[in-house]
Amino acid sequence: MNEARPPILEIRGLRKTFGEVEVLRGIDLSVQAQELVFVIGPSGSGKSTLLRCCNRLEEPSAGSIRIDGADIMAPTTNVNAMRRQIGMVFQSFNLYPHMTALRNVTLALVKVLGKSRAEADRIGLAALDRVGLADKSRSYPGELSGGQQQRVAIARALALEPKIMLFDEPTSALDPELVGSVLNVMRELKRGGMTMLVVSHEMRFARDAADRVIFMDHGVIVEEGPPQRIFSTPSEPRTRAFIAELSR
Amino acid sequence: MAAWSRFVDTFFKWDVIERYFPAIAKGMVVTIEVAVAVVITGILLGLALAVLRSFRVRVVNALIVIFVDVFRALPPLVLILLVFFGLPNLGVNLPSFLVLWLVLALVLAAFAEEIFWAGILSIPKGQWEAARSTGLSSLGTLSYVILPQAIRLTVPPLTNRTIAITKNTALGTVIGVAEILNQATTAQAFSGNATPLMMGAIAYLILFIPVVALGRFLETRFAWRRI
Repeated sequence: MNEARPPILEIRGLRKTFGEVEVLRGIDLSVQAQELVFVIGPSGSGKSTLLRCCNRLEEPSAGSIRIDGADIMAPTTNVNAMRRQIGMVFQSFNLYPHMTALRNVTLALVKVLGKSRAEADRIGLAALDRVGLADKSRSYPGELSGGQQQRVAIARALALEPKIMLFDEPTSALDPELVGSVLNVMRELKRGGMTMLVVSHEMRFARDAADRVIFMDHGVIVEEGPPQRIFSTPSEPRTRAFIAELSR
Repeated sequence: MAAWSRFVDTFFKWDVIERYFPAIAKGMVVTIEVAVAVVITGILLGLALAVLRSFRVRVVNALIVIFVDVFRALPPLVLILLVFFGLPNLGVNLPSFLVLWLVLALVLAAFAEEIFWAGILSIPKGQWEAARSTGLSSLGTLSYVILPQAIRLTVPPLTNRTIAITKNTALGTVIGVAEILNQATTAQAFSGNATPLMMGAIAYLILFIPVVALGRFLETRFAWRRI
């Protein structure tokens, strides 16, 4: 592990309250470069909120979050510039329905990074190629299957060359036979050295590809460790109960 | 046969038609001018207000809502008379053409703002989140992601409301704007015959049936690519 470089993502004492409810109750988490960290836990445990705080889609109530050493909560932070460095993939894809797949991918390249249309198209096609959809560049989201849409969404995030990619239940809205294509793309990203923080229920994928698995419950991290240990011999009773539930 | 010739004599008397045709035609020009001015400024203002509202500044939003509710609640005729007879007391003297345009544009803007706002609200939050997550600003998200989708949804209610409000140009007659109805009633008074009123009605049909057809064309064209 490269000790000289700060973690790509460093979260300290993160808390988030929605009205009366404290959803995140003090999260400490570091993700090193090129790590794939998997977050599992029951619904309501705060997994999605944790992810969404990382690019300030939700504003943290307390605590600090650093991306590659830079504090994203600092008053001087340019939120838009910060978000360029963080790729986000949503459970419901959220592709722009009125644009082709290519345009979905290149919109930010042109409007945020200021690239020329030709340059943006080149990068966009390369990103679509990486997810295996170069031939669908002119298709509209409505013409694509769920798995294809999610892969376009991944390409959209990838095209900006982020430092870390956040995945919020990327396959939960997909029919089972389409899940594999998305997981393959994620495996490919991991092989390419992308730093990834993934919230998901795909345990087999975690076992194969994750460097670390984190179990969350009621807004705190209960346990974390390598997938082999967490899935086979978890230390905490709550972890054991959750894993047992899943294996049923 | 006597009933038919009486009908024609009342509503379609040829020498009356000949004599007052230029006046009615001039009225059509005025109606078109006011209508075009009202549609363009009203819709643009309505869109601007809806966009402003999306920035969620509480004081601004309160003002917008007050404006919109007042101008949707008041009958346009009341507003026209209020402005036309009230403004000179405040030292502002506007020609009746401007008063008509101003009032109708504000009324259309109020309805248009609500229509655009409903369109913007109906776009799923995920679209905002995805766009903002790529580093796009609020304005950029509105311009390239939200509004293109929202506007597609607003075309049917917007064309409907626009047609309704531009017909209100006829109200200009009470403050002396020389549009179709004004020309028709004046000609009717001078000629003692109802033919000019029929000419006025036909003039409105000639103007507004194409507008209604255009509205329907826009609706179907934009509805086609609905998600």
